[in-house]
Amino acid sequence: MSIALSRPITKRFGLRWLWVTPLVLVAALIAGTAIGETSIPVDTILKVLANQLLGADYPVDRIDEGIIWNYRLSRAVVAACCGTSLALAGVVLQALLRNPLADPYLMGISAGASTGAVAVAVAGLGAGMLSLSLGAFAGALLAFGIVVMLAHAANSGVGGGRGVQAAGAIILAGIAGSQLFNALTAFIITKSASAEQARGIMFWLMGNLSGVRWADATLAVPAALFGLVVCLWHRRSLDAFTFGADSAASMGIAVRPVRGMLIIAMALVTAVMVSIVGAIGFVGLVIPHAMRFIVGSQHTRLIPATALAGAVFLIGSDILSRTLVSGQVLPIGVITSLIGAPAFALILVRGKRH
Amino acid sequence: MQLSAEQLTWAVHGTPLVVDVNLTVEPGQTFGLVGPNGSGKTSLLRLLAGLNKPKTGLVRIDNQPLHALKQRTIAQSIALVEQQADTTDRITVRQVVALGRTPFLSALRAWSIEDDAIVVKALIDVDMAHMADRLWHTLSGGERQRVHIARALAQQPKILLLDEPTNHLDIRHQLSILKLVRQLPITVIISLHDLNQAMECDRIGVMDSGRLIDSGPPHDVLTASRLQQTFGVHAHVIDDPVDGKQVMRFRNAV
Repeated sequence: MSIALSRPITKRFGLRWLWVTPLVLVAALIAGTAIGETSIPVDTILKVLANQLLGADYPVDRIDEGIIWNYRLSRAVVAACCGTSLALAGVVLQALLRNPLADPYLMGISAGASTGAVAVAVAGLGAGMLSLSLGAFAGALLAFGIVVMLAHAANSGVGGGRGVQAAGAIILAGIAGSQLFNALTAFIITKSASAEQARGIMFWLMGNLSGVRWADATLAVPAALFGLVVCLWHRRSLDAFTFGADSAASMGIAVRPVRGMLIIAMALVTAVMVSIVGAIGFVGLVIPHAMRFIVGSQHTRLIPATALAGAVFLIGSDILSRTLVSGQVLPIGVITSLIGAPAFALILVRGKRH
Repeated sequence: MQLSAEQLTWAVHGTPLVVDVNLTVEPGQTFGLVGPNGSGKTSLLRLLAGLNKPKTGLVRIDNQPLHALKQRTIAQSIALVEQQADTTDRITVRQVVALGRTPFLSALRAWSIEDDAIVVKALIDVDMAHMADRLWHTLSGGERQRVHIARALAQQPKILLLDEPTNHLDIRHQLSILKLVRQLPITVIISLHDLNQAMECDRIGVMDSGRLIDSGPPHDVLTASRLQQTFGVHAHVIDDPVDGKQVMRFRNAV
C-alpha cells in the first residue's frame, strides 16, 4: 500500500506543475472569500478586486464590498500566509532534526510564542503587531532552546548519540516544553490581565482568524514570503541533511551556521503567525508528510508544494470553521487538530512499522 | 592531493580517542588503517575529514590547514563514507548519489547535464546502475554501502576517506570495491578489519588506544609479533602457491 501511495508522481511531471501553484492559490483565496454564512458570487468578488486593485469602478453593493475586501479576503490572505509558514517550519524542522514528528506546535515553539506575545500584551509594552511579534519570537526561541536541550539530555542519558535521534525524546521534551509555557501563559493571564483582556487572549490562544484585517496581512505576507525564500535558497542544504548532520558536513554544509539560521528564521516566521492568529496545531506536521507522499522528499519540489498546500489547507480549514456550525465560528485550531490528530496517529503507526 | 596530520589529538568528555597522531599520505596512495575495535580509526577519519576539530595539532591538505578552509571548499576535495548513515526519507538511489554534487551546486548554480553524467558514472563504478530508481529503504545493507560509496565518488574528491566500507558487503562486492578504490587515481584512506585485504594497500597504519603505533609498507607492519601484540592473535604468514603473495592465517586468540 505504502509503495503505491508514495510513488512520486513528479517522475512524470518534473517541475512543470509549478506554474499551476499561483492559480491554485488564487482559486483558494477566491473560494475563501466566496464561501461563508452568506455566499457571494464569484463575479462580485472579481468586481471588488478590480475596484480595489485596478481602480475600476464597477457598481457593487457597499456592504458586499466591505465584507469581501475588509473581512473575508484579508482573512483568507492571512490564513494562506499562516498555513504556508507553519507548514514550511514543519518541513525545515523535520529535515534538520531528522525526526518525522518535528513540528512547531508539538515542539513547544508555538506555546513559547504564545507566552511571549501574551507577556508583551499584558505588560502593555505597546500592543502593536510588531512588538507582539517580537515578544512571540523571544518566547519561541526560548521554548525551542529548552526543548532541544531537554531532548539532548534525555538522549545522551540513554546513549542516543549522534545520527538519527530518538524520535521519542524530542516529542516528550516538546510536551514538557508546551505544558511549561502554556502554564506560564495561564499564570500571566490570571495574575495580570483584566477580565476583558483574559477573554480576548483565551479566544486568540486557540487559534482565531476573526479579528484579522489588512493591517495583519501587511506583516503576515512579508513574513511568509521571507520564510519561503529562505527555504528555497537553502533547499540543497536541507537535502544534504538526508543522512544526518555529519553527512551534511562532509558534503560541504556549514552545519552550525546553516542549521542555526534556518531554525531562527522558522521560529521568527512561526512567532509572527502566532502573534496574529494564535497557536494553530498540526499544520506543520500533516502538510509536509502529505506532500512527501505526492512529490517525494527532495526539497526543490517539497518546499513549493508544501507552501501551496499549507496555504490551501488553512484557507479550507478557515472556511470549515466558519460554516460547520451555522451561526458560530469555531476556533480554526479545532479544525486543524481534528484533521491533524488522526494524521499524527497514522505517522506514529507507520513509523513503528518501518 | 597530499593529506597530512600533525600531532593530532582529540578527546570526548576527557577520554582521549586520538592521541598525538602524525601521518602523511602522498598523492595517489591508498593508505589502510587497521586496529582493534575502539582503537580510534573512526575518530581519526572524522578529524581528517574536518568533521571534528582537533583539540591540538592540525590536518593539512596540500599544505593548507583544514581549519582555515570553508566546509564547502573541504567538501570539494575530501569525501567521507561513514560507517552508519541511514535515513527514513523516501528517496531513490539516484537521488542519494546526486547529493554528492551538493558542494558544487548552489541556490544559483543549478543542476546540469554534467552532474547527471557524474552520477551515472558513480553508479556504474559501484555496480548499482541497474538499481538507480529503487527506493533507499528497499536496499540491503551492502547495497546501501555501495550507494554511499557512489555518493562519495560523485563528489569527485581528490581525497577519499572510507570507514570500514566492506563491512556489509558480500565477498564479491568486497573485492570489487577494494579493486575500484585501489585503482582510483586519488588519495585514499580506508579503515579495514580484514587484515589480508589491508595487505593490498600501498601503506598501512596500525591504531591502538588512539595512537598510530606503526605505519609503513604492509609486509613490514603486519608481522606475527605485531598481530600478537596489538590484535591479540597468533598468526602465521604463509605464501600462496598460486601467485606467491603472502597470506595471514589466524590460529587463535592470545
